[in-house]
Amino acid sequence: MDLSAINPILLLASLMVAATPIMLAAIGELVVERAGVLNLGVEGMMITGAACGMIFAYNTGNAWLGFAGAAAGGMALSFLFAILTQYFLSNQVATGLALTLFGLGLSALLGQNYAEARPPAFPKMDIPILSDIPVLGPIAFNHDPMVYVGLILVAGVWAFLKFSRAGLVLRAVGENHEAAHALGYHVIRIRILAILFGGACAGLGGAYISLVRVPQWTEGMTAGAGWIALAIVVFAGWKPVRLLLGAYLFGGVTVLQLNLQAAGLAIPVEYLSMSPYIATILVLVILSAGRAPGSLGKTFHASR
Amino acid sequence: MKRRTLLATGTTAAMAAVLGAPLRAQEPLKVGFVYVGPINDGGWTQHHHHSAKEMEEHFGGAVELLYQESVPEGPDAERVMTQMVRQGCKLIFTTSFGYMDPTINVAARFPDVKFEHATGYKTAENVSAYSARFYEGRAIQGTLAGRMTKSNKIGYIGSVPIPEVVRGINSAFIHARKVNPDVEFKIVWIFEWLNPAKEADAAKVLIEQGCDVILQHTDSTAPHAAAKEAGNVYTFGQAADMAEFGPMPRISSIIDNWAPYYIERTQAVLDGTWTSVNTWDGIGAGMVGIGEISSAVPEEYKAEAEAMRDAIAAGDYHPFTGPINKQDGSPWLAEGDVADDGTLAGLSFYVEGIEGDIPS
Repeated sequence: MDLSAINPILLLASLMVAATPIMLAAIGELVVERAGVLNLGVEGMMITGAACGMIFAYNTGNAWLGFAGAAAGGMALSFLFAILTQYFLSNQVATGLALTLFGLGLSALLGQNYAEARPPAFPKMDIPILSDIPVLGPIAFNHDPMVYVGLILVAGVWAFLKFSRAGLVLRAVGENHEAAHALGYHVIRIRILAILFGGACAGLGGAYISLVRVPQWTEGMTAGAGWIALAIVVFAGWKPVRLLLGAYLFGGVTVLQLNLQAAGLAIPVEYLSMSPYIATILVLVILSAGRAPGSLGKTFHASR
Repeated sequence: MKRRTLLATGTTAAMAAVLGAPLRAQEPLKVGFVYVGPINDGGWTQHHHHSAKEMEEHFGGAVELLYQESVPEGPDAERVMTQMVRQGCKLIFTTSFGYMDPTINVAARFPDVKFEHATGYKTAENVSAYSARFYEGRAIQGTLAGRMTKSNKIGYIGSVPIPEVVRGINSAFIHARKVNPDVEFKIVWIFEWLNPAKEADAAKVLIEQGCDVILQHTDSTAPHAAAKEAGNVYTFGQAADMAEFGPMPRISSIIDNWAPYYIERTQAVLDGTWTSVNTWDGIGAGMVGIGEISSAVPEEYKAEAEAMRDAIAAGDYHPFTGPINKQDGSPWLAEGDVADDGTLAGLSFYVEGIEGDIPS
C-alpha cells in the first residue's frame, strides 16, 4: 500500500468533476419535487441529454451549443411527462419509470451514428489570479465552465426557494396544491415550468458525461447516475445546500475508492466499490432528512 | 370441430410436414447471436458483430443472421436465447462469459439446437465453448509497456475478476518485468465490461497516481480519451484496433477476429458434422490479432515486440514459461515448464510481484 501516491489536491479537483453530472440532475429534480411532482424519469432525461449533447456539439463544432441542445432534449422529454401527468392526470410513478425506459431507447436510436464521433474540446477555464492560489487554486478554480454552471445553479435554486416570492409560491404548490389553488395560483402551470426546468438540468448533467467526463457517446452511458441523483434529492431532505454536500460526498468517495484501489489498499475491492453509496446514505441520514413536500406525487385537478 | 375433420386436418398437417421438409432445407439456416453490449461499442461486441456479418456474407443467402444487443448477463439471457430458438435458430452464439450458465440451461431444453458460448469453460452435448488466447496479446502489450514507461508505473483497468482477465494481468506483468525489472502494476477493478464514465474515472486516477502506460480490459475508448488529454500516456486498443487514437496515445492493440471460427462452425451445422468442441485459439490461428505498433514506439522495441508475436504465432514461445512463482512466493512453474491449459483456464491467482488481491 502506498497512500502517498494519492495526491489530495488532484483528488479534490477530480471530486468536483465526478460530482457535477449528478449535481446538475439532482438540482433540477429538487425543484420538480418541491413543486409537488415526482419525476422518476431523470435517468431517461439524462441519457437523452447525453445523446443530444453529442449530436449538437459534433454537428456545430461548439460544445456550448451541445449543452444547449442537451438542455432542449431533456426539456422535450420532460414536456412529454408534464403533458401526461398534468393534463391527462396519469400516475406520476408509472409515467416517470416509462420515461426512463423510453429515454434509454430513444437515446440509443438518436446516438446510433455517433459512436465514433468525438466532441469538440471544451477547454478548462483558467481563472486569472484565483487559479494561482496555492492548493485552493488547482482544486477549485481550474475546471471547465460547466462545473461552475452547476454550482451557480445550486446557489440560484437555493436563493430562489428561500428569498423570492416566486419560490414561495412554488413551495406552496408543492406543500398543498389545493390551498395554493384556492389562493388563485395556477398549480398546473407552475408545475409544468418546474418539470421543464428539471428536464433541462437532467439534460445538462447527461451532456456533461458525454461531452466532458468521458468524452464520447455510448449507449446507456449514464449507467444509473439519474437514479443516484433521485436518491440524493431525498436523502438531502429537499434542501439545495445538503444536495450539494451529498453530490460532492458521492463524487468524492467514488474517486477516492478508485484511488485507494490503485494505491493497493488492503480492503477488499467489493467494499470499496459499494462505499460511495453507503457513505452518502449514512451521512445524509445522520444529518436527519427533511420532510417531503406535502403534495409530492399527488395528482391535482381543480375540480377536486 | 368434428373428429373426422380433426383427423383430416391432422393428416393434411402431417402431409405438409413431410412434403415441407425438403422445402425447408432450402430455407436459410438461422444463426443467432446474443451480445452483451451495443453493436457500435467500438470494442468487444462490435467485433463479434463484424465477424458475424462476415460469416453471413460468406454464406451468401444460405445463412440468416439474428441478433440481440445489450442483453444483461443472467436470467434475461435465457429468455432471449429461448426466443431465438422459437424463431427457428439452429445455431446460437452467446458472446459473453456471464451467459455460460444460461446457455447450458437453455441448451438442455433444446437438444436439437447447437450452442456456442464464448470465453466460458462449460460444455455439453450441444454446447461448445470457444475463446481466444488473449494472454498471448497481453504478453506483447506487457513488453511494450515495460519498454515505454518512464515512471515505471503501469495502470491496468480490470473489468470483472474472472480467469480471462487475471490471465491477461499476469501475462502483461510477467513480460513487463522481463524487460524492465522496476515496473510495478496498479490495478483498478470497475466490475463492468463497458461503462465509459467509470473507465474514464479509473484512467484519470491511474494517470494522477503517476502511471504513464494504461492497459485496459474494458471495452470503451474512454481511457484513450483520458490519456490523450494527459498527453504523455500510452494506451492499447482493446478488442478493436481503436486506431483513431493512434499513433499517440494508442501504440498497439489486441484485435478479436472471430470470423474464421464463425464460418467454420456454421459450415459444420450446414454439413451436419457439428460436434461439441472446446476451442482456444491464439495469434497463430488468427483469432487474436495484434494491431499495428505505432510510430510512437522506437524501432528496436517495435522489432522486439514483433519478434515475440511471431514466436508465439509459430508456437516457439509460450507466454507462461517458467520459472514463475505465485504471488505468495510459492513456485508455480519450474524453469522451462509451460502452463497447461487446464490451469490457465481456471487461473485465479496473481504471479509474484503483483500487489493487491483479486476480488472474489
